Amino acid sequence: MTQLAAEIEAVSITIEIGGIPTRVHTTDPTFLRLLQQRYAGFVSSTENAEIEFDVEITQPDCAAPDAPVRVSHKHGCWILERGDFRAEWEPRAKHGWIRQTVNPYSIDAVLRIVHTLVLARQGGFLLHSASAIRNGKAFLFAGVSEAGKTTISRLAPLDVTLLTDEISYVRKQGNGYLAFGTPFTGELAKLGENLSAPVSALYFLAKGPQNRIDPVPPAEAARSLLANVLFFAKDEDLVQATFHSAFEFVTRVPVFRLTFVPDVRVWELIG
Amino acid sequence: MSRLYVARSPRVAARSLDGEMMIMSGRDSTLFTLNRTATILWQAADGITPLDEIVRLRICAEFDVEPAAALADAEQLSRDLASHEILQVSDKPIPQPGAPSGEAP
Repeated sequence: MTQLAAEIEAVSITIEIGGIPTRVHTTDPTFLRLLQQRYAGFVSSTENAEIEFDVEITQPDCAAPDAPVRVSHKHGCWILERGDFRAEWEPRAKHGWIRQTVNPYSIDAVLRIVHTLVLARQGGFLLHSASAIRNGKAFLFAGVSEAGKTTISRLAPLDVTLLTDEISYVRKQGNGYLAFGTPFTGELAKLGENLSAPVSALYFLAKGPQNRIDPVPPAEAARSLLANVLFFAKDEDLVQATFHSAFEFVTRVPVFRLTFVPDVRVWELIG
Repeated sequence: MSRLYVARSPRVAARSLDGEMMIMSGRDSTLFTLNRTATILWQAADGITPLDEIVRLRICAEFDVEPAAALADAEQLSRDLASHEILQVSDKPIPQPGAPSGEAP
């Protein structure tokens, strides 16, 4: 390996989420170490990144991570902005840049947005849901904040592999769907396992006085699913693609309402 | 009295599932679920058939309503849907992309 190649390797990291490797280049070793820790378990050694980002580290000023995200499209390039970062990504060139301070949250937001854009073209989506694998099958547990995503993740027995407690990664494959583990965490603050499995069911969570599972009619399932899909871009084509993806999903995957008492017995109904 | 023409907006995504018509605005991602009357109107909105004919042939045929009242309701409904940019309303026929021009080649 040449000295130049060694230097390049030293300042790059490839983060593979949902089977899509993203190489991040930085000249800041502190930031690199931060990424290695933040995405441990999702760091890949593949040579072939599908997306590359150069990260330019800036000095802290009045960064506002709570500001609304703006995602726009211009001349084949996506422009991603929030109070704490600005990024551009050109899908055709598979390349982009991010300008941010040394923190893990800004690039995390950029990765989430870019993956929603990629998945929208492929019939998949990111979903506000916990997900887990049991007996080789993946189960999604969707719901708004306080619906029970963290609770059901925390109650998972030992034979259950948690993929995420907050944002599920769903890709279309053939006539079905795969759920992938993600490093996107919620209250549990625990990275998901970097695994995937065919999606067997989607549950909409509700806490109640007893454990029960009820089928959800397809139209209601589509409405509820769309309410939980992450999507940031104000782009008509992608909005339409995501809309149709949600309908495809509910016609192929069983959807239920899971009402549960917050204790371990709920997992007796799943798997 | 001028006739109104209605056409489905090309800037939306629409699907019917279990008899429910759902439409999502491409502009702001707002999701609409249409009732039975709005669904009939949406499905018949080809840009060529005048609204009064849609009311007479489709809505009055399905519901027991007086035609003048049904047309007034349909006009209001059409304008409501147009305000959300999911339907186009005009006093002239609305050519649809890809639709035959009506002229011989």
